[in-house]
Amino acid sequence: MVAATKIDEVKINNNKDNVLLSIDDLHVWFELRRFGFGHAGYVKAVDGVTFDVHRGETIAVVGESGCGKSSLMKTILGLYKPTKGEIIFDDKNLKDLDTKGMHWYHSHVGYVQQDPYGALPSFMNVKRILEEPLIIGGVKDKEERIQRIRKALEEVKMSPVDDFLPKYPHMLSGGQQQRVVIARAMIMEPKFLVADEPVSMLDASVRVEILKLLRGLQEVHHLSVIYITHDLSTVSYFSERIFVMYAGNLVEKAKVRQVLDTPLHPYTMALLTGTSEPDAKNADTYKEIPPGEPPSLVKPPPGCRFHPRCSKAIKGLCEIKEPPDFEPEPGHLVACWLYEK
Amino acid sequence: MATLRNSFKEMLRYPSAIIGSVIILLLVIVAIYTVIKIPYNTAINLWRGGEEVWYQNPKFAPPAWINFFSSKKLPVSFAVRTTDGTLNKIVTPGAQGTSTIDISYTFDFQYDDYPQEMLLYFTTQYAQKQPFVSIVWLTPDGRKIRVDDLGVSQKQTLRFSQDERLLQRLNGANPMQALFEDPKTHAIVKGKYQLQITGTTFEPGSDINAEFVFHGQVFGLAGTDQERRDLVLPLLWGAPIALAFGLVASLGTLVLTMIIAAIGTWYGGWVDELIQRITEVNLVLPFLSILVMVGTFYSRSLWVILGVTVLLSIFTGSIKSYRAIFLQVKESMYIEAARAYGASNFRIIFMYLIPRMIPLLIPGLVSSVPSFVFLEASLAVLGLGDPVLPTWGKIINDADTNGALYKGYYYWIMEPAALLMITGFGFAMLGFALDRIFNPRLRDM
Amino acid sequence: MSQNQLLHIEDLVMHFNTTHGAVQAVDGVNFNLDTNRAVVILGESGCGKSSLAKAILRLLPRNVGTYSGRILLNDMDIMALSDEEFRQNVRWASISMVPQAAMNALNPVIRVGDQVSEPAIVHLGIDKKEALSLVRKMFQHVGVPEDFIERYPFELSGGMRQRVAIAMALVTSPALIILDEPTSALDVLTQANIFNVLKRIKKELGASFILITHDIATSSELADDVAVMYAGQIVEMSDAKRFFDEPLHPYSKKLMSSVPRLHGGKEPDFITGQPPSLIDLPKGCRFAARCPSRFEKCVEDPPTIEKDGRRVKCWLYS
Repeated sequence: MVAATKIDEVKINNNKDNVLLSIDDLHVWFELRRFGFGHAGYVKAVDGVTFDVHRGETIAVVGESGCGKSSLMKTILGLYKPTKGEIIFDDKNLKDLDTKGMHWYHSHVGYVQQDPYGALPSFMNVKRILEEPLIIGGVKDKEERIQRIRKALEEVKMSPVDDFLPKYPHMLSGGQQQRVVIARAMIMEPKFLVADEPVSMLDASVRVEILKLLRGLQEVHHLSVIYITHDLSTVSYFSERIFVMYAGNLVEKAKVRQVLDTPLHPYTMALLTGTSEPDAKNADTYKEIPPGEPPSLVKPPPGCRFHPRCSKAIKGLCEIKEPPDFEPEPGHLVACWLYEK
Repeated sequence: MATLRNSFKEMLRYPSAIIGSVIILLLVIVAIYTVIKIPYNTAINLWRGGEEVWYQNPKFAPPAWINFFSSKKLPVSFAVRTTDGTLNKIVTPGAQGTSTIDISYTFDFQYDDYPQEMLLYFTTQYAQKQPFVSIVWLTPDGRKIRVDDLGVSQKQTLRFSQDERLLQRLNGANPMQALFEDPKTHAIVKGKYQLQITGTTFEPGSDINAEFVFHGQVFGLAGTDQERRDLVLPLLWGAPIALAFGLVASLGTLVLTMIIAAIGTWYGGWVDELIQRITEVNLVLPFLSILVMVGTFYSRSLWVILGVTVLLSIFTGSIKSYRAIFLQVKESMYIEAARAYGASNFRIIFMYLIPRMIPLLIPGLVSSVPSFVFLEASLAVLGLGDPVLPTWGKIINDADTNGALYKGYYYWIMEPAALLMITGFGFAMLGFALDRIFNPRLRDM
Repeated sequence: MSQNQLLHIEDLVMHFNTTHGAVQAVDGVNFNLDTNRAVVILGESGCGKSSLAKAILRLLPRNVGTYSGRILLNDMDIMALSDEEFRQNVRWASISMVPQAAMNALNPVIRVGDQVSEPAIVHLGIDKKEALSLVRKMFQHVGVPEDFIERYPFELSGGMRQRVAIAMALVTSPALIILDEPTSALDVLTQANIFNVLKRIKKELGASFILITHDIATSSELADDVAVMYAGQIVEMSDAKRFFDEPLHPYSKKLMSSVPRLHGGKEPDFITGQPPSLIDLPKGCRFAARCPSRFEKCVEDPPTIEKDGRRVKCWLYS
């Protein structure tokens, strides 16, 4: 293994002015109330996350349910307030933004949700749905709004546009609904998109179409995308870097090819083993997976949070001290004591 | 919305919806017709009544169509007058400015019971010398009974049952009976009766006009009450009042409850807690008693009662059930998306939460109308209804005060009760059908 | 009919009526399944695969229209049974099902041990105590700790609840288990675990499976045979090995090429358009409108052609 440098300062990008979003030691804790009065601990959904997103780059955040990726994403969207840590967008610290500032922020971030039908208000037609962000964003001229709506629909390849404008969500297929969701996210011409499992509720044959569409939009608009998924098989088509999240921490951060070809963290390796490919031989073999389940975010295990399930845990170390990020190869960070040198 | 058209089509599949809608439609038509045909002020004035308005009607008279259903035919009321020619009047001028005025009326009496009363209203014009009239009663079996001879002033009323001279002539017998029966057998004589009035005026330009009012035992389409008022008036007018009260109260309560529930749910925290506590206190307060208090000590005006009703109805169990639904909808993905693109709280409440709720609330809206209609009627029955308005509840109240059920005036209670029941039935039918149509949509959430 | 044939389905049809017309969800399905084999019914949403499961188990919706065909279970025609006989002898006694989102279908106010023991008590006629010991054995098979018998569904994670649902389907030791999208809502590792469980059960208990899913990748974890369903019909049926190596039907080919691969390679394909509505089915081949290889013959409904023990419903192979 290449000699690893233990790094305290985890900002790894060498191109500082290309950074659009910078997350620094972010903690998002939710208070648990007992009977509405007492304090019963915290759900530590995001517990010390640091990373940068460059302009025009797609980052996949991969993790299972309960790892905190939803809370991370919602905090980035401005829906939750961080308990600790900084979010810096385009050189502005979100903490310093007032209501007007947050308004500006909201119009620069697009949100694509998982459930296309639930994401659209069932009582509004496509035109109204797309008009809402424009109205809220202060576009007063009606003509301009219509223009932008048409352009957005064309960009997501829903044509003829006039056919779709009066339709209501229940009249559209799943794929079409998701295109409307994407159009809505894009309509204010944001600098970056947060896509939360954007295709997991769609049919297999449609998923690729939508991912390709997102890819295309990203290239045209030089968008940054945070792509949250639990399906590793799609990331190689639609991301530059992958962050693997487990129990509120990012355990591995690297370029896609590095993670898929040489996964370092035991959890990442487990995820890759667990992902199926269509191969008849699968029926004859059992998959080797770590036992147990992800820990509770209220009382995570001490030390490395994965240690109770890890076959490679180092006794006397992993259950006591939390590992920092190590960089065994350039650009590939992993929070695991196995790579300390 | 296109969904409205689909809902409408689905409504047609339910017979209860059709029946309900038809009933409501009829009520609305009646209400509109009534308000146009008998404008508000006219109605109020008529209802205030008084002898001049309703003198032509008997008291406590069942509707005339009762005769269809009973073998014993009751005499129907009528009134004729010289001024419109229904009462025959022939003027024969005589010597020196006098004239003889012959007024006569023939009618066919085929009934099995006696009338309540017969009256003659004379209006005369003269300068100094009073005209003089002579009244004779001719029976079908050829008897001729002299009723009275008198001078008539400008306005004079002759009550057959109380006329002294007539009473004397009949030896104290009840004129209403005596005039219509055989003196020996006391059986009712049926046939053509004639009233002859021979009047004499003594001045030129002097005139006699008369109105003959026959108070039978039955009257009109709906009967009369203790003030001789034709019940058709309050029965008709009760419709728009009931509908208006029911709809306004229902709608007002719904809208306000929804808004308050939405605000409470959205903001959470102390706002939500406050609303919940107010609701809980309000649930304990006795609704009808408070209305009774307001009605007794403050005002019985329909608008005040309506206002207090709506106010007390907002903070009820509905808030809790709307809150439950709002809490669920609040977590919807599209609301989250709206927050992500920067929608303000106000916008989310009014343009995202509430529109989602409206289809679910429509069945409730329709179903709650009858309870408000009955509420208004109940208050009226208790004597706390609006003092000037003719409503169904007021009819029942009057009937009750006059002991209608003891005295056998069943029509007086049955007519408004039937209308109340039909109204309730119509809305309930429609409400149930709407519930079945709209509620499956709940699963869309 | 071979010694080992467990299930023989012939011309199974199930339509149900709606205000817009009859939905021809299952429209002439034929296939066979041997003992201790797993067949995967592959299809996308709206192809009728869930309806197929219900048709086999006679879980008919209230608005059912046509329902016909032959289903032979171990040589017994179960379609000919009365509803009561079917309920006693077939449903859960010989064939059980883990329905879609089963983990959400557990009764929240009954302990999981009691819920799983119910089918055993009803069908095997044993008492509660015996049933619970059976439940313990089943929990062992599926990998649920024994003391979970006392727990309520909300105390378990999604993966655990799905295992409980599988245990409930196993408790009467049926010969055939139908699984409808058993892992679609679950995470990768949980999914892998569940398939490990299914593989073990297949080996240890000798059961047969019908696995209904749209996920080609995970279907290969259990499949011995693959049947591809499109618009109410089976368009291809083959053994798993040959299917995954080289599918025959154009739809199967497109499906296979639309699967994203972990290690990249060629960009995955997608299929333009949408499957036809089951109410308003086109004449001729139902896939023709979206098929890249369509030609003139496709205006006629293609027959099912046998090719080396595989079956394809496509004119290209005639």
